[in-house]
Amino acid sequence: MNWQAFWLTIRLASVVSAVLLVLGIPIAYWIAYARWRWKFLVEAVVALPIVLPPTVLGFYVLVALGSRSPLGQWWESLTGHTLAFTFEGLVIGSIVYSLPFAVQPFAASFSAVDRSLLRASASLGHSPAQTFRRVVLPLSKAGLVTGFALSFAHTLGEFGVVLMVGGNIPGVTRTISIDIYDRVQSGEYAAANHTALVLLLVSFLVLSIVYGLNRRPWSVGPFK
Amino acid sequence: MTVFRNLALILLFCASAAAQEITVAAAADLSAALPEIAAKYKSQTGQDVKLTFGSSGNLTTQIRNGAPFDVFFSADEDYPQQLIAENLADKDTLFRYAVGRLVLWVPNGVAIDVQKLGIQALLDPAVKKIAIANPQHAPYGRAAEAALKHFGIYDQISGKLVLGENVSQAAQFVESGNAQAGLIALSHALAPVLKDKGHYWTVPLDAYPTLNQAAVVLSKSKQRDAARKFLGFVRGPEGASILKSYGFSLALETH
Repeated sequence: MNWQAFWLTIRLASVVSAVLLVLGIPIAYWIAYARWRWKFLVEAVVALPIVLPPTVLGFYVLVALGSRSPLGQWWESLTGHTLAFTFEGLVIGSIVYSLPFAVQPFAASFSAVDRSLLRASASLGHSPAQTFRRVVLPLSKAGLVTGFALSFAHTLGEFGVVLMVGGNIPGVTRTISIDIYDRVQSGEYAAANHTALVLLLVSFLVLSIVYGLNRRPWSVGPFK
Repeated sequence: MTVFRNLALILLFCASAAAQEITVAAAADLSAALPEIAAKYKSQTGQDVKLTFGSSGNLTTQIRNGAPFDVFFSADEDYPQQLIAENLADKDTLFRYAVGRLVLWVPNGVAIDVQKLGIQALLDPAVKKIAIANPQHAPYGRAAEAALKHFGIYDQISGKLVLGENVSQAAQFVESGNAQAGLIALSHALAPVLKDKGHYWTVPLDAYPTLNQAAVVLSKSKQRDAARKFLGFVRGPEGASILKSYGFSLALETH
């Protein structure tokens, strides 16, 4: 079991899901409440990573953000290195890759809040920001937890982007999925099996927490 | 009934058409040379040859797990030998087609005279990342690691290493400018994609264990005859001359 790769992956998933919590809430708020005829286009863009192969993302990180592109050169002048082969590169790739897994549950739970509560809050003198903080957010707790956990779990399972841009550096970009891949390729089935099992259990645990928290209380038994 | 008969005929036709093509699994260093050989073979015989590239270790794992390949070209003779020992490859078809050559390649944008400096070029501060193939399952990766140790600079530069999944990806890392130097296959340095984009220094053969490259027909192939014929073409003058143009030869000259 490669614990270094394991903890690296946990760190990557934690950073990504935390960033997505901060970044995803305003995007989801806008999707839930904005009235704009072309809003569906933004929703389609947010959903893109669900259908796009990770190779497309990996390709862009490597080439469009590589050292030959203006964006890549800007990044290099800022940090002194390219995005490829760095932890930050994986974070940026993973944020895009897991974006819909955070934004969609957030937006769905925001939209599900009863509008009459929002009107009541406004008539009691709350600003939209106060209403959001005191009414929408508490009522959307389940959606927030779901989005956070799903983006975490989805990043745990990321493979294609990391394989394309990571460069397989131990402790930096060798995530657990890459470690499993390498072991399978070199015929170390026992080690691959061990690691795969740990990943399976962790993923199951995370998803169980999500579904456990989202469980409707009255679906537990026949009585209320 | 005629509909069914026609359908059956169509299916039969499809099946026989599919049976005509052979599938080749090949080490990533052949990714430029083999398509050229396959195209020439097809123009002469009409035989379709489908190509799959990967690291030799990766392909060996796939073959062990039942991948439907007819021929295997490996960058390291050990893998076909293992498959022969496991009764997965036909021993009498094994033939060595080249000795793989490792080169140190630096893109044009990086101002290092690699031909003059040789391996020492890797110590230049402009080199922040060095791409090699993954030593765990890519023969060129093992060769690169051995060469770095041979020259005694492995510990100095190990923090700069980035690993390609196979030697093609290592070449892509350095070709795209994301790495500033790469230990890659000579065949890639000579391929059109990289040819005019950088300079290279050929790593001397005594710096790493010889990369004996060998091809073999796989025992589970349903078209062993067609596969043998294709191997015969690769061995023949036309195949050999294309291989040679990509730096694949059995000659052990050091230059």
